[in-house]
Amino acid sequence: MSSTDQQPTRPAPPAGLRALVERRTSRDLAGRLFSATATGAGALILVTLAAVAVFLVVRAWPAMTTPAEELADAISWIPEGTTLLGYVGPLVFGTLLAAVLALALAVPVATGIALFISHYAPRRLASPLGYVVDLLAAIPSVIYGLWGGLWLAPRLLPAWQWLADNLGFIPLFREPASTPPRVIMTVGVVLAVMILPIITAVAREVFLQTPRLHEEAALALGATRWEMVRMAVIPFGRSGLISAAMLGLGRALGETMAVFMILSPGFTYSFELLQAGQHQTIAANIANQFAEANPLGVSALIATGLALFVITLAVNTAARWVVARRKDFSGAN
Amino acid sequence: MAQRIDLKDLNVYYGSFLAVADVSMTIEPRSVTAFIGPSGCGKSTLLRTLNRMHEVIPGARVEGKVEMDGVDLYGSDVDAVAVRRQIGMVFQRPNPFPTMSIAENVLAGVRLNNRRIGKDEASELVEKSLQGANLWNEVKDRLDRPGSSLSGGQQQRLCIARAIAVKPQVLLMDEPCSALDPISTLAIEDLMDQLKKDYTIVIVTHNMQQAARVSDRTGFFNIAGTGKPGKLIEMDDTRTMFSTPSEQATEDYISGRFG
Repeated sequence: MSSTDQQPTRPAPPAGLRALVERRTSRDLAGRLFSATATGAGALILVTLAAVAVFLVVRAWPAMTTPAEELADAISWIPEGTTLLGYVGPLVFGTLLAAVLALALAVPVATGIALFISHYAPRRLASPLGYVVDLLAAIPSVIYGLWGGLWLAPRLLPAWQWLADNLGFIPLFREPASTPPRVIMTVGVVLAVMILPIITAVAREVFLQTPRLHEEAALALGATRWEMVRMAVIPFGRSGLISAAMLGLGRALGETMAVFMILSPGFTYSFELLQAGQHQTIAANIANQFAEANPLGVSALIATGLALFVITLAVNTAARWVVARRKDFSGAN
Repeated sequence: MAQRIDLKDLNVYYGSFLAVADVSMTIEPRSVTAFIGPSGCGKSTLLRTLNRMHEVIPGARVEGKVEMDGVDLYGSDVDAVAVRRQIGMVFQRPNPFPTMSIAENVLAGVRLNNRRIGKDEASELVEKSLQGANLWNEVKDRLDRPGSSLSGGQQQRLCIARAIAVKPQVLLMDEPCSALDPISTLAIEDLMDQLKKDYTIVIVTHNMQQAARVSDRTGFFNIAGTGKPGKLIEMDDTRTMFSTPSEQATEDYISGRFG
């Protein structure tokens, strides 16, 4: 029976077809249910984000609207004559400095390890190593922070002294290096250790996705293994690598305990990486002051939290922009 | 620029599995040699031994000799990377680098040779290679666009341009038209006809009409059954192969009785 025959009167479809129609409505229901769930989940994340933003602004409001003199009077750890912005500024600087140091140290190492596992290690070694890295990435970073802070950090002193002695003419490494090394450079190293596994795990996964076709294209042109990696693997994994770095950066920005345990705090805009008492990060500062803060003090701390929130959003947006800028060349099409 | 290749008693293995057995043949310079045969008979595998791409697969190895101009490509003092710079390859599926522009794709192999080529020289080479691959007129206004923005047939010609930009002695083509429509196929076949003036070309194809159209000599490969090694059954001038082959199996295959 052709469909045109049915058009005028629309008789009930024959049994076989009816089954199809019923099945279709039940599938419609499942489809609607799925789309509603997915939309709901998507909305939930936006609502959560908005709720956090609103909470931060509302709770930070008292501190933001109190005149500077009153603020300094009411909060013992804000020095006389410092505005809220003047208080948050060095913290933002310290947070970014620590995170950038950590990324600068961790990303090259993580990329190297990931490339070794994905393209250099013999296969019998590569898959166990891959598992190990995934396992390491699953361990909370505070564990690495404990090891880094208690064991590694004291042993970094000779390295910092060497840097100060030999490269002291560069302002970054101005001598003498502080003893004990409760300095931002040590924090950078420990944070790098903490974020290394997660960056490595994601980068390895990304490099493994390189299409065999592109690798063979490079090899057939007479590329050595390293040239093949440079031509096909790294460009292909570039956006994934940026995502991995952002994941690490997020952890480094918010890390509290390691910084709290290591860094001797200070509130300056100083690039002297080997000097103690110069820097502090937002997260560690909140942990440090929160317990003894009065209501206005809590509000000021939340204002620093708001700054951290904004930094994270800004950094991630910037990373997205970098990735999107070369979208046509990503190989996704 | 083009050189002849002699295969002597070549056995090709994947681990302990013998994939192609006992092949001896001569590939003439400045001509097109086609490998035909049913799927799994080892013709692509054999092609990949000619530029030592076979050994890229873990456990893959070769016994016997592949001589180009008297030099054994598998000699202990020969570097596989150097071999691949002399013998270019075009794959079954077009594989331009998606992260590079059209021009960068053409120059990819040239840059590997560590030659710091000047801007003028580079753009001249890009134009010459793309013209050599019959693609110049279609892409000359968008050389900085990604290679993956082209159609399949154009991408394949871009890959040919990339291969000939390094001026290889030999060009290997592994079913270069199997992912393309008839018009693009025709464009590539015309191109092969022009390229054979300068290069030795070896093409693997599933399409017997294509082998008959483009090649000067044809080798027919076959396997006795699954798990058995592929063998070169017969090799001769293409005209002879498609009119009066000396082996019954060849005649059965080209007349469509199997395969």
